[in-house]
Amino acid sequence: MLKGTGVSDGCGIGTAVVIKEEALDYSAVIYTSADEEKARLNAAVNTFCKKTENIAAALEKNAGEKEAAILHGHIEMIHDPFMVSQMQEQIDAGAVAEAAVETVCNTFMEMFAGVQDELTRQRVSDIRDIRDDMLRILLGIRSVDLGAVPPGSVLVARDFTPSMTGRLKKENVQAIVAEVGGMTSHSAILARAMGIPAVLSVPSATQAIRDGDSLIVDGFTGEILTDPDAQTVAGYRARQAQWDQEKEALLSFCRLPTVTANGVQKAVYGNIGRPEDVQSVVQNGGEGIGLFRTEFLFMDRASEPSEEEQFEAYSTVAKAMNGREVIIRTLDIGGDKEIPYLSIEKEENPFLGHRAIRYCLDHQELFKRQLRAILRASAYGNLKIMLPLVTSAQEIEAARQLIDTCKQELQNAGVAVRAVPVGIMVETPAAALISDELAGMADFFSIGTNDLTGYVMAVDRGNAAVAGLYDIMQPPVLRAIEMTIKNAKKAGIPVGMCGEGAADERLIPKLLEWGLDEFSVSASSILRTRKIISEQNA
Amino acid sequence: MVSKKVKIINEQGFHMRPANDFVREMAKFKSDIHLVMGEKDVNGKSIMNIMAACIKYGSEIEVRCDGEDEQAMLDKAVEMISSGLGEV
Repeated sequence: MLKGTGVSDGCGIGTAVVIKEEALDYSAVIYTSADEEKARLNAAVNTFCKKTENIAAALEKNAGEKEAAILHGHIEMIHDPFMVSQMQEQIDAGAVAEAAVETVCNTFMEMFAGVQDELTRQRVSDIRDIRDDMLRILLGIRSVDLGAVPPGSVLVARDFTPSMTGRLKKENVQAIVAEVGGMTSHSAILARAMGIPAVLSVPSATQAIRDGDSLIVDGFTGEILTDPDAQTVAGYRARQAQWDQEKEALLSFCRLPTVTANGVQKAVYGNIGRPEDVQSVVQNGGEGIGLFRTEFLFMDRASEPSEEEQFEAYSTVAKAMNGREVIIRTLDIGGDKEIPYLSIEKEENPFLGHRAIRYCLDHQELFKRQLRAILRASAYGNLKIMLPLVTSAQEIEAARQLIDTCKQELQNAGVAVRAVPVGIMVETPAAALISDELAGMADFFSIGTNDLTGYVMAVDRGNAAVAGLYDIMQPPVLRAIEMTIKNAKKAGIPVGMCGEGAADERLIPKLLEWGLDEFSVSASSILRTRKIISEQNA
Repeated sequence: MVSKKVKIINEQGFHMRPANDFVREMAKFKSDIHLVMGEKDVNGKSIMNIMAACIKYGSEIEVRCDGEDEQAMLDKAVEMISSGLGEV
């Protein structure tokens, strides 16, 4: 069995079509004259544009305008006067057209890869796509046409570029498997737009899978089974049929409000890690953002994001949600989330250590940069601040004081700031036990079930020997949740839940009984959660 | 040469789609166009240069046009940028 990242839901069952990339080797090409090479370059550019224009037209019909816009961008890039003149200079200096294309594209790829801006960095793959396509045209290598694959195909490639997938017919493709890519790569976005199950980041998939292999691709779990027996296939077919049916039934919940069977209004929100995740929350009918995990803005990079960069991220989400509530959790680092440049010391027990609000209160400059960015972004929407891993009243007090200081500083500088409610994440037994007291100091509660379950049960869920104890339905966990909700109700503050428990059908009836107001779940669970709530009484 | 300062008001700044629309319009003019932002000086007819410059939301840039139809070009460029490059 192979495993990767499932990026587009569904199960695909079919026959592997492995797309091998031909080497783009031009060492045999001989330089004749500068004029001749420039003429070849021009002809290739024209062919490239015509071909890309055709694919864009097909893509517009298949996947929508947004995907086609990427290809229109490719046409403009190859026409770029600066790029063309650089290629011509290379040719004048004795390079064949192929070398000119490769050198200039590589220079731009390096340039784009080096910038801070994420959107610009993503363009590196566009330039690579243009480069390879141009080289194929110059060398007369036919590019792969995925429009011609037979029905029942599972496509396997190193990567899928927009130019490859443009003519793809969704009725012929059961699933997509690639060696590279993640949730936000072109192939993932395209697969989701077309409703094709996809698993990416499967190392050496093009070697491990052979042309003609019979495959099952599970877009939920990221698993790929080779040569499955009839029974397994039947099992997956049943699952796929059930999922199709469920999906159809769930779609009707997209535009509906969240209401229980006996008519009580509730809310289902989405959890996000990056601004671009907002889109899928909105598409799935999320009524707000119940958890913005800001640590993702700090991960996978060499230095801390500046206040400006954070402001941009928070205000983008605020604007995208258009007045609906957005709960921003302040930096939750430490524990299992390491960030090299923050030089957090190695600890014996990171989950019981210097993490989240504890770390932030001890690194006030870092914390203030984040708080200022949130306060500034508050002018663009309905933002709330949520403090993670609170265990005492003093922590709330200290954080509130810092927030007030930041507010004062901003107002002194003439910056508009709205009143931003400050709530806490209840995810430690300590916070649950004194939730009556904390409810008087917080503007809202949100119960974080993942950590709460681990801390209450004293279980490391990564440890297979004890993982069985890690269950949200364990009586002590339920009691901690019930206590927290009831204390919030008594104090008259809103209470939500932002762990996996909020989507758990075993738990939802109890949460409704105790009076939980808001259920914040991953985008793909929003509709299912709304459906379960609609079938229960509150 | 004529020039004017203008602020970027679309959220994503000068990324691929707006840059694409912008250079297509600018190619219709004969004059040269430069977008100047601090030390960066960008050829306004080059989508690659514009994208690599990462011109972001909120930044102020100076548009400089030089050539026979410079005023008309400047007017068009300023109009496009200050109206949010089709994204506001």
